[in-house]
Amino acid sequence: MQRFGLLWLIPVALALEITAVEAFGLEPIQQGIVVLADLFGLHYNSFLIWLGTSLLGLTSGVVGAFAVLKKRSLVGDAVAHAALPGLAIAFMLIGERNFIGMLTGAAISGILGSLAISWLIRHTRIKSDAAIGIVLSVLFGLGIALSRIIQDDPTGQQAGLDAFLLGKTAGMISQDLLTIALVAANVLVMVALLYKEFKLIGFDPDFAAVLGWPVLVLDGLLMALLVFTTVIGLPAVGVVLIAAMLIIPGVSARFWTDKLHVLVPLAGFFGLLTGFVGTYASAQFADLPAGAVIVLSGSAVFMISMLVAPRRGLIARSLLELTTRLRIARQNLLRTLFEAAEENENIDIPITPSVLLKLRSWSPRQLQVLSWWGRLLGEVESHPTGWRLTEAGRRHAAQIVRAHRLWEVYLVEQASIASDHVHRDADEIEHVLTPEILKDLEQKLQAAGRWPATAPSSVHPLTEGEHA
Amino acid sequence: MDTVLGFDAIGFWIIATGILVNVSGALLGNYLVLRRMSLLGDAISHAVLPGLAIAFVVAQSRHPIPMLIGAALAGLATVLLTELIRRFARVAEDAAIGVVFTSLFALGVILISRVASQVDLDPGCVLYGILESAALDTISLAGLEIPRMTLTLAIATVIIIAFVGLFWKELKIVSFDPNLATTLGLPTTLIHYLLMAMVAGFTVVAFEAVGSILVVAMLVVPSATAYLLTDRMHWMVLLSVVVGISSAVLGRESALMLDTSVAGMMAVAAGAHFVLAVLFGPHYGVVARTLFQLRVKLRIQREDIMALVYRWQERGSGSAMPRNAIVEAMSGRTGHTLALNMLTWRGLMQRAADGFSLSDEGRKEAGKLIRGHRLWESFLAKHSPLPDDHLHSPADRMEHFINDKLLQDVAQAVDHPDTDPHGQPILSNGKG
Repeated sequence: MQRFGLLWLIPVALALEITAVEAFGLEPIQQGIVVLADLFGLHYNSFLIWLGTSLLGLTSGVVGAFAVLKKRSLVGDAVAHAALPGLAIAFMLIGERNFIGMLTGAAISGILGSLAISWLIRHTRIKSDAAIGIVLSVLFGLGIALSRIIQDDPTGQQAGLDAFLLGKTAGMISQDLLTIALVAANVLVMVALLYKEFKLIGFDPDFAAVLGWPVLVLDGLLMALLVFTTVIGLPAVGVVLIAAMLIIPGVSARFWTDKLHVLVPLAGFFGLLTGFVGTYASAQFADLPAGAVIVLSGSAVFMISMLVAPRRGLIARSLLELTTRLRIARQNLLRTLFEAAEENENIDIPITPSVLLKLRSWSPRQLQVLSWWGRLLGEVESHPTGWRLTEAGRRHAAQIVRAHRLWEVYLVEQASIASDHVHRDADEIEHVLTPEILKDLEQKLQAAGRWPATAPSSVHPLTEGEHA
Repeated sequence: MDTVLGFDAIGFWIIATGILVNVSGALLGNYLVLRRMSLLGDAISHAVLPGLAIAFVVAQSRHPIPMLIGAALAGLATVLLTELIRRFARVAEDAAIGVVFTSLFALGVILISRVASQVDLDPGCVLYGILESAALDTISLAGLEIPRMTLTLAIATVIIIAFVGLFWKELKIVSFDPNLATTLGLPTTLIHYLLMAMVAGFTVVAFEAVGSILVVAMLVVPSATAYLLTDRMHWMVLLSVVVGISSAVLGRESALMLDTSVAGMMAVAAGAHFVLAVLFGPHYGVVARTLFQLRVKLRIQREDIMALVYRWQERGSGSAMPRNAIVEAMSGRTGHTLALNMLTWRGLMQRAADGFSLSDEGRKEAGKLIRGHRLWESFLAKHSPLPDDHLHSPADRMEHFINDKLLQDVAQAVDHPDTDPHGQPILSNGKG
């Protein structure tokens, strides 16, 4: 609780930083870049751009991870558009292209835009999608109208508002880098210090409020981080594409982990990677717009994550689905063979395909594949007239049949479901019943005095065509 | 200067084109707003860019038909990709939209910069639109010089009106209750994709006029404004069209005054309409809601004072209640002076030298309130686990919202008792 009293230190620290930068000027930064560029054997300008986009990617990845978590992915997009009128007004007031002044204007109108969105969602019947769309398009319209007024002004050509629309990565200068570095450092430090708080208001703001935390202040701070990151990204990649820098790393990182403390740094890393690789790629294709190339590198990171991430990735998930399906189909084959043999009262009589096809909704082709799979596993053996279970297959089949029938009995006895309705349910659950559950079922039925002395027989007579 | 219907030609065509964009956008936007898919409109309008570039490369011309097909396909691809990523990769919808449209937009920017040297399809035009120069590129039709852009938009508007008219019922059901629509056997998915194709088509004919980002303003803002003003579908459609037309006219006029972008000012004008609706909407407006809350607050205040005086007179053999006592009992609540004045003005209470007393009519009203209060206490005592000393405050809140029907039902439910749980008398109906 006490520590929230320290939140007022944030503006003080910012003021100190800005004073320090004013005092030392750009010289140390420029010299630092020269030294580092020499170290890597790179050209001064390309190194500067490289550093700038990577830092921007890192910051927007980290901030974007929280935005994605709070289902606010597109608020960043709206903020970017909403920043335009602020830029224009700042230019009108200052009368020249002052970088800090214009960024301040953009940040103010960005914050106002994001406040308008939250206000509309909370206090009117407008839903979040329309609120975002309205704020984004109306403020952008205002921005276009204002910038047109400026451009008609003779000095207006210097405003460079066009650069904010599509971004001019190659035009990055040491002052831009300084701003990006400053904002990045502040954002990262704040996220590190308030990680626990941001985490809780991301997952359960109501609980945070119950704890007495200043949820609105913290949420506002998170929004402010988003706005500042967006605004410093505008000159580099432009209005539309900064949204991508915010969303894509967070969404991509989500495929790889369920833990926020992994997700946030990973998103930062993906952002960094995007900026790094994108700048490299755009240096190879000099005639392509760099902002777009950077975003497409991000899309590549997203696609790779979506495909190959373990567990949540598409490949891993479809493999899991496939193996589960195969397992279930195989178990169904075993049980059907077992029950058909039960009917014959002789386990050695092979079951013909026509009987199996009547009992199950398989196509002949599916049956062929399944029986091949069963033979491969040594659970089914073929016979001139059909198939029968091997010793191993019998044992496995008995287990499945037992699970199936236990569940049927349980449903009839305990859940009072009519006996002609239980088969379907049991059919679905038999494949996922663990030995513990089965044991538990047995005990429950025993306790209720319903446990048959021998293995349970089916609650309904086995007849042909019971399976749809 | 050329004139059309008495206007100067350039101005006329700009306004006509603006109206067409706004009206057709509003017609489609209603369904986007109702179905909470406004951002899909935003996404589509950005993502048509690669479609345009590819169509240009394939057709080797700026002919509108291949452009339209390319854009519509790109729009549908956006919807499909978003849906696929959402469903199969389990990404939240807004994030999926964000990933898809920014990626497609980036692709479009790159493709256009590759072909830009061969064609004047510059990114500036894509972003801002060229509504101002609509009248420069004309086609001669029936002896009239009609701008090509206006003609395309007019055709699009007719198609959209036909679409909305033909599928009125279907679109309505799908928007309000998609499950019902599916149960009724309506082709919900088909209607969804038809709507999306319409949005994509609209985007492509509109973006030339207003730019790909302001298309969103035309789609969402008039419809959202109408949504704040009414609960009826046909009114919403009508109002959205009116707001659209009004935004087009006002936008053009203000742009003329300020010498700036017409499309931008149209979006601003639409935004102004929206702000007005947020503030002054008849039912959902901020002012209307605040007034309503104030009225209810005042009514509750008046009723509390009447009940207070009633109880005072019940206890103190009918003497008037001093003002001080009333003020003290209403401690911490503002507005009791206004409430007292209203009560005396309406003849429900009389002001005497020693304080306030209820008139005959006031006593009747207050009796009803007290009866409701005490019956509710009896009801709670019988049907809720609350202890007897906790019954007063819920009844205190409830007494203001008990109508005659509920009063009867409650009395029935507690068998018309003579006293409440605290032993206070409950007067039977009409005796109050």
